[in-house]
Amino acid sequence: MADISSTFAGIRSPNPFWLASAPPTDKEVNVVRALKAGWGGVVWKTLGEGDPVVNVSSRYGAVSYNGTRIAGFNNIELITDRPLDVNLREIKSVKKQFPDRAIVVSLMVPCNEESWKTILAAVEDTEADGIELNFGCPHGMSERGMGSAVGQVPEYVEMVTRWCKQYSRMPVIVKLTPNITNILGPARAAVAGGADAVSLINTIQSIVSVDLDLMAPTPTVDGQGTHGGYCGPAVKPIAMRMVGDIARDRTCAGIPISGIGGVSTWRDAAEFMALGAGTVQVCTAAMHHGFRIVEDMIDGLSNWMDAKGYATLDDFRGLAVPNYVSWENLNLNYKIVARIDQDLCIKCGKCHIGCEDTSHQAIAHMKGADGLRRYEVIDDECVGCNLCMLACPVDGCITMQRMDVNQPKLTWKEHPNNPMRQKVPAEAAE
Amino acid sequence: MTHVPDIAPGRLAPEDYAKSFDDMAPPLNGRQAVIEASRCYFCYDAPCVDACPTGIDIPGFIRKIGTGNLKGSAVTILEQNIMGGMCARVCPTEILCEGSCVRNTAESKPVAIGALQRHATDWLFERDIQPFARQPASGRRVAVVGAGPAGLSCAHRLAQLGHEVTVFEAQEKAGGLNEYGLAAYKTPGGFAQREVDFILSIGGITVETGRQLGRDLFLEELRRDYDAVFLGLGHNAVNALGVEGEELSGVMNAVDFIAGLRQAGSLATVPVGRKVVVIGGGNTAIDAATQARLLGAEDVTLVYRRGPEAMSATLAEQEWAQTNGVRIKHWAMPRRLLGWQGAVKEVEFEYTRLDEAGRLAGTGETFTILADQVFKAIGQRFVPSPLTANALETLELVDGRIAVNEERETSVPGVYAGGDCTAGIDLTVSAVQHGKLAAHAIDARLRAVAAAA
Repeated sequence: MADISSTFAGIRSPNPFWLASAPPTDKEVNVVRALKAGWGGVVWKTLGEGDPVVNVSSRYGAVSYNGTRIAGFNNIELITDRPLDVNLREIKSVKKQFPDRAIVVSLMVPCNEESWKTILAAVEDTEADGIELNFGCPHGMSERGMGSAVGQVPEYVEMVTRWCKQYSRMPVIVKLTPNITNILGPARAAVAGGADAVSLINTIQSIVSVDLDLMAPTPTVDGQGTHGGYCGPAVKPIAMRMVGDIARDRTCAGIPISGIGGVSTWRDAAEFMALGAGTVQVCTAAMHHGFRIVEDMIDGLSNWMDAKGYATLDDFRGLAVPNYVSWENLNLNYKIVARIDQDLCIKCGKCHIGCEDTSHQAIAHMKGADGLRRYEVIDDECVGCNLCMLACPVDGCITMQRMDVNQPKLTWKEHPNNPMRQKVPAEAAE
Repeated sequence: MTHVPDIAPGRLAPEDYAKSFDDMAPPLNGRQAVIEASRCYFCYDAPCVDACPTGIDIPGFIRKIGTGNLKGSAVTILEQNIMGGMCARVCPTEILCEGSCVRNTAESKPVAIGALQRHATDWLFERDIQPFARQPASGRRVAVVGAGPAGLSCAHRLAQLGHEVTVFEAQEKAGGLNEYGLAAYKTPGGFAQREVDFILSIGGITVETGRQLGRDLFLEELRRDYDAVFLGLGHNAVNALGVEGEELSGVMNAVDFIAGLRQAGSLATVPVGRKVVVIGGGNTAIDAATQARLLGAEDVTLVYRRGPEAMSATLAEQEWAQTNGVRIKHWAMPRRLLGWQGAVKEVEFEYTRLDEAGRLAGTGETFTILADQVFKAIGQRFVPSPLTANALETLELVDGRIAVNEERETSVPGVYAGGDCTAGIDLTVSAVQHGKLAAHAIDARLRAVAAAA
């Protein structure tokens, strides 16, 4: 039985599945239900200073795709709208009840040293395991100079991180916004400021849909809408790319990463971890299905690790990072072509029409007098793009077969068509 | 021993009739339709389209359901098959579109094309939308004989193409077998007439009911008075059993039982036997047997002379009858009907088998089934005599039905035919296609004549 306990930036939890700072972690009642359900930890919904914020009614929107609900999710909520002292009291209570779980507190206060210093002391008193700096919230708070307004400026990230390290003994996790051109800017700034870990991604600025009757973005508030933060299964690819960028970046120097963005299953978690994440944080899936989903996450991850022979999370964490390379390092001599298993083919023709209309005209459509259809790959035209394999509705019907033999690896860096190519040693000697 | 035939109406409690004859396949709701629509792969060169006699763009209409474009979906269906609503209810989809769905191969579960087609067409009908407009008037007039699926399909397309159409119908109502020949639970809520109303609402079509070819009107008159003629005459005779006792009371044609049931003001007035025997293996036999059960018959036995695969009723139809308590006996043929004081009492059957040459043969062994009522459903025929009487030319026949070429034209120039009076599989959907093809051929002919003039 695999050991899935986690130690992340010094914070221990029985499993790597944390609930992200969000509505599910806003109150003791929710958090206790989550921890009883088996979650390894929570990041308490973001605390602020002064009078609580005020939220609107009508807060969430979603993308439904082909009958599947909440393929993507979007919210226009702000940080906690409950008094600070109530939250602090509940955090302290929860930590006492669940000493083995990770209780991390998300924070967002104005960008001045005194504000941070004050709240850090109050949080430390709860005996929480760590803090997460919310530099990601893309709406409402950013317009007040907080959230992603800080996260988008690396100098601010570094400065605030440094204050937190200076005024707190707690591990500091810096939560990064994806609403930026290059995630490495703020990530490196967090490292420079002394962060113990980063977590990403926060939500992506979005208009999730337009109500064509009201002619307003959704969710609509009295006939109008605003941009919100996009999350859920649809954002996982964007999140994983940013996690991978940080994991392979030398300057970030292996800083622990808590992966966030569309994690719904143990498989999603395993993928984030293969790209270097130490823990994952979940929100949308729990909001869609309830806390019970963690049972399969724990069980599924453990069973998969057993099947693969991984005894601990560290055994496979980051294994995909060395294989996440720049395009210029890919082997241009690698050649594959599509192969259609005629016994599995159901004659839907999706491989043909996708290739014919939009790609390389490499799959022939044949139809006998008996009306029987047959689809065949034209090897000479096939560039090995995978489109047919991806469109084919039958698992294993279309596979890609390797065709290059005895060819040395050739990348763009050495390719003759590249005017900037590196001279290979033999050429250099001439 | 005496035998009092027990044939009586009102076997059910009055409130139970509606439930008994409720929709055999309840419609999909919006959510179910979207989920089912998402199962369609939107195939290229989709096999389901090939399998549809009317060539409906099935992936196209299903995709439109998925995007909420229900009007577009219904129009995609109806522009190929103006009776897409009825066909959604009565087509044997398991041997047509759904039978060829690629989902069968990997999952043995096709997309529910019929149910989706009903969803889209119901949506349009519920809103009384007329999506078709007529082309400018051609000044040409076409006579259509028979207001069944073939005739109405032909009339609608001709009207759409700008011609004026007169439809002559022998019965009191238009609709043909949709109105008179299908089980009530297949088309509840007066759908057959609603569809007729929809078809006629395009304009340019006059229906004259109670007008029968060979009695009230004649082919040579129609040829003289109209620019073209379409014959959608259907079947007009029922095959006889040809055995002793067929004349006994209590023995009737299944089609007459069904027509009586469909036209009854109240189902509680339709008499049905306590013990019923149905002879035959087609949809008419199934519809009669099942409806006899639903009216409260105690024992209903359907007897067919061959095995289940040879029945022209599909396996789904057979299962439907069995689910409703009809007993199906295969491999037996009627030898004689025995009566008492003029009323049928029992039916004697002989077991059958295939001989060495693969021909059907009796085994010599017999059995009898008690019966208060016997429905004959061993097939219907087309009898051409009304056409030939007083006709100047004689229509060529093939296997007893009107011969037509690929454009549905008969041996008599300007006279076209389709549906059950011509060769081919006897389905609503085929009849609709025949009418449509004939309409286009007639249109081309009339325009060519106009151009030459």
